[in-house]
Amino acid sequence: MTERTLVQAVNAALARAMAEDPAVLVLGEDVGTDGGVFRATEGLLARFGPQRVIDTPLAEAGIAGLAIGLAAQGFRPVAEIQFSGFMYATIDQMLNHASRLRTRSRGRITCPMVLRAPSGGGVRAPEHHSESPEAMFAHVPGLRVVVPSSPARAYGLMLAAIADPDPVVVLEPTRLYRALREEVPDDAPPLPLDRAFVLREGSDATVVAWGGMVPEALSAAEALADEGIGCEVIDLATLKPLDEATVLASVARTGRLVIVQEAPLTAGLGAEVAARVAERGLMSLRAPVRRVAGWDTVMPLPRLEQAYLPDAGRIAAAVRETMAFA
Amino acid sequence: MDSVAARFEILRRRHLAPDGTACGPWPAFAQDPAALAAMYRAMVRTRAFDQKAVALQRTGRLGTFASSLGQEAVGVGIGAAMRAEDVLVPSFREQGTQLLRGVTMRELLLYWGGDERGSDFAGPRQDFPVCVPVGSQAPHAAGIALAMRLRGEARAVVCVMGDGATSKGDVAEAIDFAGVWSLPLVFVVDNNQWAISVPRRAQTAAETLAQKAVAGGIAALQVDGNDVIAVRDAMEEALARARSGGGATLIEAVTYRLADHTTADDARRYRDDAEVSVHWHEEPVARLRTWLTAAGAWSKAEEDALLAACREEVQQAETDYLATPPQAVASVFDFTYAALPAELARQKAEAVP
Repeated sequence: MTERTLVQAVNAALARAMAEDPAVLVLGEDVGTDGGVFRATEGLLARFGPQRVIDTPLAEAGIAGLAIGLAAQGFRPVAEIQFSGFMYATIDQMLNHASRLRTRSRGRITCPMVLRAPSGGGVRAPEHHSESPEAMFAHVPGLRVVVPSSPARAYGLMLAAIADPDPVVVLEPTRLYRALREEVPDDAPPLPLDRAFVLREGSDATVVAWGGMVPEALSAAEALADEGIGCEVIDLATLKPLDEATVLASVARTGRLVIVQEAPLTAGLGAEVAARVAERGLMSLRAPVRRVAGWDTVMPLPRLEQAYLPDAGRIAAAVRETMAFA
Repeated sequence: MDSVAARFEILRRRHLAPDGTACGPWPAFAQDPAALAAMYRAMVRTRAFDQKAVALQRTGRLGTFASSLGQEAVGVGIGAAMRAEDVLVPSFREQGTQLLRGVTMRELLLYWGGDERGSDFAGPRQDFPVCVPVGSQAPHAAGIALAMRLRGEARAVVCVMGDGATSKGDVAEAIDFAGVWSLPLVFVVDNNQWAISVPRRAQTAAETLAQKAVAGGIAALQVDGNDVIAVRDAMEEALARARSGGGATLIEAVTYRLADHTTADDARRYRDDAEVSVHWHEEPVARLRTWLTAAGAWSKAEEDALLAACREEVQQAETDYLATPPQAVASVFDFTYAALPAELARQKAEAVP
């Protein structure tokens, strides 16, 4: 048995990738001696040495740019951004460079890097530590965006992200880092970066979620089952590219769709999911699509964060509403 | 009580005065007039290319273009000092260096003519393409240099930027990385005095741009950027230090932008012609020609032959550029990822029925 928390799974995936491919490097603030502020890189310095586990100066844009240069030279850098609010500084590098090097050089220079960071709220963290920036990165052509929601998926998706020939942004839900343990064998395979996961089958309504919202969606489904409402819960997992086929197939069966995102409502990834269903699955719908999301507000400080975060109660209420639609 | 915590000074290097006379002693490579004539040819070739590109833009056959008129000594001095295995991380006015490194005129025209294939140059395969977001290339240079250092290679990276770029955080971060890890990296600030309309004095209160290196703990030097001998000498010294593990250097090459910022700019909106006229007396091409001629190392016949060869080369580049068939629309999609995701394949099918 190899039971791991999500952060331990990230750590194990990094270690395995580094053991299997000498081109894989880990860099970022406090990733070396300290093992990362969440311990995602714990033990890597001792095992792989300072040539491959690199403590950087405190400079997020520079860290992303550094990874681009390393990737262009054939390394496979995995750059950690310490907290989600500090990721915004990397957007210039990720958008103007990482995502377009392949295109603008017509394939001469590529950028096989991973930019990983904790994301989302729910852990009473300080200001700027609880952001959900996934839609900003998902909007960028040339990037992949992955948000794991379980130890096993974190492990498999991280292996795939590191092996991918293009830049991948991996957002790890902070609130799930130590929420549960599950079996994650050392030889678990990489998981595909274009596939959603059906976590629970049901025939009445489809609930699409990702990251920290997945356990909330599952517990809403559990509560609704007691009321005789069967929810199919899909973990989107990879937000770009989006596995719309899995969503459309589910909606074709259920006729009802509730999308859950922790990020603010407007122009979020949920809007893209809803639009895809409107374009390609409208005739399956028996009720309007509902989105349960963070409010269009600044992420509150911890005392009020529960008032912002969608939870099982709000999700269940939205499902009941769609069920009540005549 | 205060005491001195640190001191610094910035040296300025010049080997050839504006009037074309020598300021000795000269470095070894400059003892050979043939080597100086080769750099002279490269500067004239760069100028001929710039003239052709501007002419093509003015006649609607090229997009916006950034000429390096007056700054040829910087581009050529860098290119003459670099080795093939080094990596250039340019800004967008480094055609002088790119041409010396084997990027072809046709490829440069393709890029500025709006075709990505211009950045898929056949020559220096690891050199980065032009970087338009000012200063954002500096961290890439640090990453490439870190890669070389991790592999223990005796190679170096040259990152070129304008004076305006020194105000960017990216540049400060890259200098910091270069210092902390003793990276084999040479930053060159091609200080042409103008960041579009903003003059050097309005860019920073620092006395020199070279001293931006001091805070990051790397070597700093200012050179007369219109003196190709000084630029090459400073570059060779910095590159040797970089390749031998001695760490990074920032070289501020002080020059002057005789051209508009780009073909989309009209510099008369913000600077006097009189100022420009003064700087024509210091430009690098005539300066070296004066010395070469006085030394008996350059003749009228050689000058005529060079100009004729340049005319022919740029004409041929124009012909080749204009004869290059456009890319297929499919290429818009095909390089976004290594393999097309499903949604992008759908969009490609819509764009290319």
